[in-house]
This record gives sequence, C-alpha cells and structure tokens, in this order.
Amino acid sequence: MSLDAATVRRIARLARIRVDDTEVETLKSELNAILGYVEQLGEVNVDGVEPLSGGAQMALRQREDFVSDGEVAERILANAPDRVQNFFAVPKVVE
Amino acid sequence: MSIFDLTIAGAAKKLAAKEISAVELTTAYNEAVAALNPRLNAYITTTPDLALEQAKAADTRIAAGEATALTGIPIAMKDLFCTEGVRTTAASKILEPFIPPYESTVSAKLKAAGAVMLGKANLDEFAMGSSNITSGYGPVENPWKRVSDPDAKLVPGGSSGGSAAAVAARIALAATGTDTGGSIRQPAAFTGLAGIKPTYGRCSRWGIVAFASSLDQAGPMARNVEDCAILLNAMAGFDEKDSTSAQREVPDFTQALNRGVKGLRIGIPAEYRLEGTNPEILALWDKGIEWLKAQGAEIVDISLPHTKYGLAVYYIVAPAEASSNLARYDGVRFGKRVDGVDLIDMYERTRAAGFGAEVKRRIMIGTYVLSHGYYDAYYLKAQKVRNLILRDFTNAFAKVDAILTPTAPSAAFGLGEKMDDPVTMYLNDVFTVPASLAGVPAMSIPAGLNAEGLPLGLQVIGKHFDEETVFAVSAAIENAAGFSALPELRAK
Repeated sequence: MSLDAATVRRIARLARIRVDDTEVETLKSELNAILGYVEQLGEVNVDGVEPLSGGAQMALRQREDFVSDGEVAERILANAPDRVQNFFAVPKVVE
Repeated sequence: MSIFDLTIAGAAKKLAAKEISAVELTTAYNEAVAALNPRLNAYITTTPDLALEQAKAADTRIAAGEATALTGIPIAMKDLFCTEGVRTTAASKILEPFIPPYESTVSAKLKAAGAVMLGKANLDEFAMGSSNITSGYGPVENPWKRVSDPDAKLVPGGSSGGSAAAVAARIALAATGTDTGGSIRQPAAFTGLAGIKPTYGRCSRWGIVAFASSLDQAGPMARNVEDCAILLNAMAGFDEKDSTSAQREVPDFTQALNRGVKGLRIGIPAEYRLEGTNPEILALWDKGIEWLKAQGAEIVDISLPHTKYGLAVYYIVAPAEASSNLARYDGVRFGKRVDGVDLIDMYERTRAAGFGAEVKRRIMIGTYVLSHGYYDAYYLKAQKVRNLILRDFTNAFAKVDAILTPTAPSAAFGLGEKMDDPVTMYLNDVFTVPASLAGVPAMSIPAGLNAEGLPLGLQVIGKHFDEETVFAVSAAIENAAGFSALPELRAK
C-alpha cells in the first residue's frame, strides 16, 4: 500500500495540519518509508489473538462520580491565547 | 575530591554531617550550569533563583532533622513534566508560552522530598526521537567525544537527551526522564549513566505531557544504580489522578542493591543477536554474561520470537496514541496560536507552525492508521502483535528471573548522522522497544567503552513490578564492570 499525494493531503486535513505543495512530496516519501517498514507485520499470524491496548496489567479503576476539583477559571485562562471574560475566544464559527 | 564527584548518596551523607550545605552544593551546580549549558544546550530553561530558594529551605529542613535522602540534591527536570509557575515546553514551539498552573505528580513528589530543581532539561519534541535533534530549542551536545575525532559533536541520545547530557557533564547531580520506547535507557547508554524505566503504572503519568499514554513511564537517570534506586523510591507510588497508576506498595529499592545474583536465572534472548550488530556491543554482552555467571547466576538461553516485530508495532501504536493526544494543541486554550481566516484555518496554521517535522510525521502516520478503512489492517493488527510480544516475555519469565541484553545497537553517533530517512533513526530503539510494549521494567547500566572511548550500556529487563531484581542484577553488573570513565567536558 503506497500513499499518493492526494492521500497525504487528506491525512493532513484530518490531522488539522496545513501542508504546502512543496511539503507534500517529502511527506509522501517519508510516510511511505514508515508504512513500508511496518508492512512486515503482515507476515505474523494473529489468529485468535486478542488486541492488547494498554500497558497496565489490570482493569481500569473506577471512582465515585463527584466533582473533586475546580473553581480555578482564572488559573486555567491564564494560558489562553485569547479570552473574553471567562471564555476562550476563537474566530467566528457561525455566520 | 571535587564537590561534583559526589553521588546522591555521598552528597546526602555530607549534607547530614554538615560538611557541606545545600546552598553550597546548589551554588556550585548553578555556576556549572551557567558555564557549560550555553555550549551543551542541556537545559531549555534554567531556574537558578528557584534552585537557591529551594536549597535554603533544604538547609533549614536538614538543620531540623527532617531531611529525606533527596533533601538538598540538585537535579534536572525533563521539560516534559509540568512544573507549576515554571515554563514547560515539551521542547515544542507550540508550548513556548505555556506556564503550567499545576505540578506533575512525580515532580511534586521530588519537590516534597526536598530535591532542588536546577532547570528544565532539553528533549526531543514531545519526546519523539532518539537523538534530541527534533527539539524545537536546538540539539544537545553529548559531553563524550570520539578519541579519533574529539571535535565532532555527538548526540546524547533521546528523547531524554538533555537529562542525560546534564548528568554526564555534571551540571546536574541526577535527572528525571521519561521512556516511551527507550527514551531513558538509550540516552543513559550513550552518556555512561544508569537509568531505569520502571514497570508501566509504577510512576504516575499525571502532569507529564502525554506522548503515547499506554507506553509513557517516568524514571530516574543518575551516575549509578544506587542513585537511581534512591530517586525511584521518591518518584514511584499510587496516584488516583492517573487511571493506570498501580495500587501497589512501593518497596525500598535500595534494599535490593546488595542482594546479589547467586541462584538467579538470567535469560539471554537469541533474537537480540541481530545480524549486523556492532561486534564491540556483542562482546560487551558476552562479558556481562560472564560477570553474572561468575557471581553465581545461572545463564539460560531463551527465545523472544516476536522481537523483530517490536519496532513495527511501536511505530503504529505510538503515533496512533500521539495523534490523539496531540489533538489538544489547537491554539484555543493554551500554547501558541496562529490566526487564520476561520476556526479550521486557525487550527491548521497553528499546528503547521507549532509542530516540527518529526512530530508532524508521527501525527500523520497515527491519523492514517486510525482512519476508516485502515484501522484493522494497521492499528488492530499492531495491538495483536503487541499481545504476542507480551506473551513472549510472560513465557520467558516462567523460566528466568531477569533478562540481559545490550541497550542500543550502537554507541553515540554524530549530529547529522542517521538522518537519511526516519526508519534509520527508529532502529536505535530496536532493543528497548519490546520491554516498553510489554510494560515490564528495564534498566541500562554503563558497562564499558568502545574503541573510540564512548560508553556502551547493558540492559536488564525484569518481571512486572519486580524492579528489585532489576536493581539487584544491575548492581551486580555495575560492580563487575567497575565503570569509572568520565567525559572530558564536565564540571570539575
């Protein structure tokens, strides 16, 4: 399986990364090198093998559903690139 | 003897005996950082004033008889740990303005123990790399030099390259690192240090900038095995803020150091004897086997049949998790923003400007392998092979107590080498990635020098939550190796 320029552009769009036309060719060959390398997994027989999603040898812990933190709006907003009162400000989304 | 020759254990004794003060120790290190960091670039941010303040508090605590083994010990904090009020960049331009309003659990534990923070150590951007060259704040110089070419700049390994260079050059007494596929062990090997990646779940991930959440683990990097044990004692422990944190007692790891290896069964995996591996590294591995045998260990040949697929699994799983984790950098709530004509354009421009080339590549690979139509072929398949790799270890550990391998397939390489394509660089992690995928603890110990005078490391892999055996075996290798070489470029 080899990626073409259109697929590279589609992935970049999905990943929300702007790529210039000049970058597409480089990315194409780099991504294809990586995908070419991982192709070797095709030769492994995984019949009946469960996927392993986590590194922890345990079930995920549950906790009581209650508010344990909060009321720190000012500290959170201190890092905001743009804010209006207690909100993160972004470009207009709805016309 | 210089103040920089002291280990953590040695410095703690002198501090307790009032032969030196924490302020003296920290002042010496602050000055060494100021003198050497402009060249090495091991720190992205230095915090000399904070360090001095913490040292003063440490002296008060020592005087009151309330010191821990780390009170007054000056360390470097990998710039992946969020530190309250101190800029945390993950070596990415996208986090250039980020000042965390909270402290990571691991750094908070070290702070509570009285450790002094000299600064935030450089790393590969978002911990993605094996050479520290992907940092948005410039590469790090390895203080070690080739005998035949002392002017050539070598990499310190990665991703914890700044931590490694800082400790090796003695501009930190020890450092924190994080390890996703080898990021503590490979740089430790490249710089003549000891470093352990504990069992997944042993140290809390809370407040560590996430790369691949099912693999990321914090751990210590230090001059010797004992110092690593002292640090891990303070860093480890259950944290309810990390859903994969292990609810287990933390033993005193220093108690395991003198256990010896008599009667232990040490596995030697045939699959790590890769074709084309540097003969010096294979010879060192053989020496390690002899050292353990001489101390009474039983050497057992084992097989980890899926080893060769480790890297391929890793380079699907880690980018997949990264593409999801790094979705948060959108220019809205924190970090850098680049304005656009609309919201999507703002996202795309922000991420294009904020992320470096390697991070973009990995996000895109991750996006692709998780995308509709490719998920089963790539991601699900990789997770299944990951399970086979875990099974390899489970089967091996039915027969042996620990496994000995080389840490990396080469010694430190030159800045600019191995850049032909991303896969060449990825091969650095071939010996370290399998333990990460299985979640088992693994430690690198400096064991010798190559013909160029560069350090080489051996890796000890243990069972889940059996860091104690890892420490015991590592200490035995350390004793036998008697590694005492130092880089010429260091604080003296």
